[in-house]
Amino acid sequence: MDIKDIIKEENLVYKKTDCMTDNVLSYCPGCGHGVIHRLCMEVVDEMDIVADTIGVASVGCSVLAYDFMNIDMTGVPHGRAPAVATGIKRTWPDKFVFTYQGDGDLAAIGTAETIHACNRGENITIIFVNNGIYGMTGGQMAPTTLPGMKSSTTPYGREIALMGNPIKMTELVAELPGTYYVTRQAVHTPALVRKAKKAIRTAFENQKLKKGLSLVEVVSNCNSGWKMTPVQSNQWLEENMLPFYPLGDIKVEGKKVK
Amino acid sequence: MGELRLMKGNEAIAEAAIRAGADAYFGYPITPQSEVMEYLAQEEPHKRTGMVLLQAESELAAINMVYGAASTGKKVMTSSSSPGISLMMEGISYLAGSELPCVIANIVRGGPGLGTIQPSQADYFQATKGGGHGDYRLIVLAPSSVQEMSDFVKLGFELAFKYRMPVMILSDGLIGQMMEKVELFDQMPRATEFDQSWATTGKTPDRERNIITSLDLDPNGMEKHNLDLQEKYKKVVASEVRYELIDCEDADYLYVAYGSSARICQKAIRMGREEGIKIGLIRPITLFPFPYDIIGEYAKKVKGILSVELSAGQMIEDVRLAVGTTIPALHFGRMGGVIHSPEEVLEGLKKAFLK
Amino acid sequence: MAKNRGAIVVDIEKCKGCELCVGSCPTQVIKMAPEVNGKGYRYAFMENPDACTGCANCAVVCPDGVITVYRVKVEAEN
Repeated sequence: MDIKDIIKEENLVYKKTDCMTDNVLSYCPGCGHGVIHRLCMEVVDEMDIVADTIGVASVGCSVLAYDFMNIDMTGVPHGRAPAVATGIKRTWPDKFVFTYQGDGDLAAIGTAETIHACNRGENITIIFVNNGIYGMTGGQMAPTTLPGMKSSTTPYGREIALMGNPIKMTELVAELPGTYYVTRQAVHTPALVRKAKKAIRTAFENQKLKKGLSLVEVVSNCNSGWKMTPVQSNQWLEENMLPFYPLGDIKVEGKKVK
Repeated sequence: MGELRLMKGNEAIAEAAIRAGADAYFGYPITPQSEVMEYLAQEEPHKRTGMVLLQAESELAAINMVYGAASTGKKVMTSSSSPGISLMMEGISYLAGSELPCVIANIVRGGPGLGTIQPSQADYFQATKGGGHGDYRLIVLAPSSVQEMSDFVKLGFELAFKYRMPVMILSDGLIGQMMEKVELFDQMPRATEFDQSWATTGKTPDRERNIITSLDLDPNGMEKHNLDLQEKYKKVVASEVRYELIDCEDADYLYVAYGSSARICQKAIRMGREEGIKIGLIRPITLFPFPYDIIGEYAKKVKGILSVELSAGQMIEDVRLAVGTTIPALHFGRMGGVIHSPEEVLEGLKKAFLK
Repeated sequence: MAKNRGAIVVDIEKCKGCELCVGSCPTQVIKMAPEVNGKGYRYAFMENPDACTGCANCAVVCPDGVITVYRVKVEAEN
């Protein structure tokens, strides 16, 4: 069978959703942000909620998320996305409101906003991309940088006695009564991508229930910051990040499962 | 005539927010303005008009909740006092950069740092010259009565939406805490007639998507954005200057004072005139845009101008810009926290120009 | 017996050559081209198109969404 006979509209099984723009992503080759952006937009597309979705972009590598997600979006100060999303959701309770934040944004400068939005049980979705490093500013230590992990501000590795411990924000917010769904996912293999998408779908669907906040952490790579090839970085993620940040649901329907 | 009530300045702000049809108030307690949120909580605005009231975890969160609601075209306000406003400055810069409308009331207390909880006017620079980072301005309204605390909430929303920019009501603990008769305006609908096609409310098929941001990584794009902002501020300067002239017609000397100092000056004027000293008052109502022209005009008619503020002298810099060098323009004021008496203010004028 | 035949189309100019698709392909269809695109990246292409089953694994892991996947069911020859 000739390839030309296969490449026909009626045989299409996968193409980039129209909820992503045609702009070339500003991310480094192999960066997980692209996949996570697309999963969010596939969910919005499949739920047919573009007209009712408002995205909140944060500060960090994903500061330009609104260039790629083809929906109404607001860019906000560093760490404040959950507060901004609160302001939107409280005045538009029937809209789907989500934040897209990195680890520096959510787990360092925005810790207070994250914790309190979670604790109030705002009916929003938080997508939390954890790659253990500040990518945008050039690979400095993040609140989630692993013990011993090298970064531009921990060139000899993160020494816990000196620099403190990495923070597991996802486990932390799962303890709060306001969170309804808390899960940790990854996107470096096809199977994990499909699972992560289901989790993001659940997190968006939950907004209809008005039972609290849904947070999806996605453990991702930063091959530039980690100074590896994309393939190596995914392998490093598997071997180093996942033992410290284990995948799976932590809280489902308001009950802790882990 | 509207409903008459005896109210605290802070309560008047809160009642006016509901009546102006505000969609939301986000705040954080701080003396001397906590009555704003307390009054709102008591009134249950969600029952009266559907207005949202939420106590945030910090002023940072409060101003960013304002940013969120404002980005969707909602009428939203917050209030705080000096140290809290300093925390909000990050968000205020972003609100200005993203061209979002909102009303922010600063019930000023003494500073710097934690300062004191008594009235002060030492946040003039912060309010009128920027405060946060970048080239931006706020429209700054300075109420000098409880009546104006109410009226300027309504006016503030009108100006905020007309120009798509934050409006600050720069009051102080004296006006916030004192009680006066207020004529309240009638309840307005929770809607605005101004264009809101820019708001991020979810992209419908009939329009392009909306993006609210203050970021432009292209320096030429950013410069254009800044030039557009400056054009807007020029329009504000051309159309929105507000002031009040009191006893200026035959005056030999003038006070320039806003807010609580303007009230004290009025008493000092009466006392001065009883002694035969003809004093008048120019009361700036908008501090940005500042009434340079009218002060410049009067500078040609009088012998001296005294800028009276509860600070080490901040507005005096604008007064001097307006006056030039033809007549003396001097500052008088206690440092804030401590309030100057009418006697002190009159004595200050005599010392400056008559001794 | 029916089996799936697939094919992918790569948006060459948007491919950043990260190679994640190569490892995700269960039937070793994809390789990186020896030449580069306008941005200087070696781009993904079907080196072994007959083996493609249209499983879409490559498109799913592609960070830049540059892969479009097609699939047909065909009767096995003989």
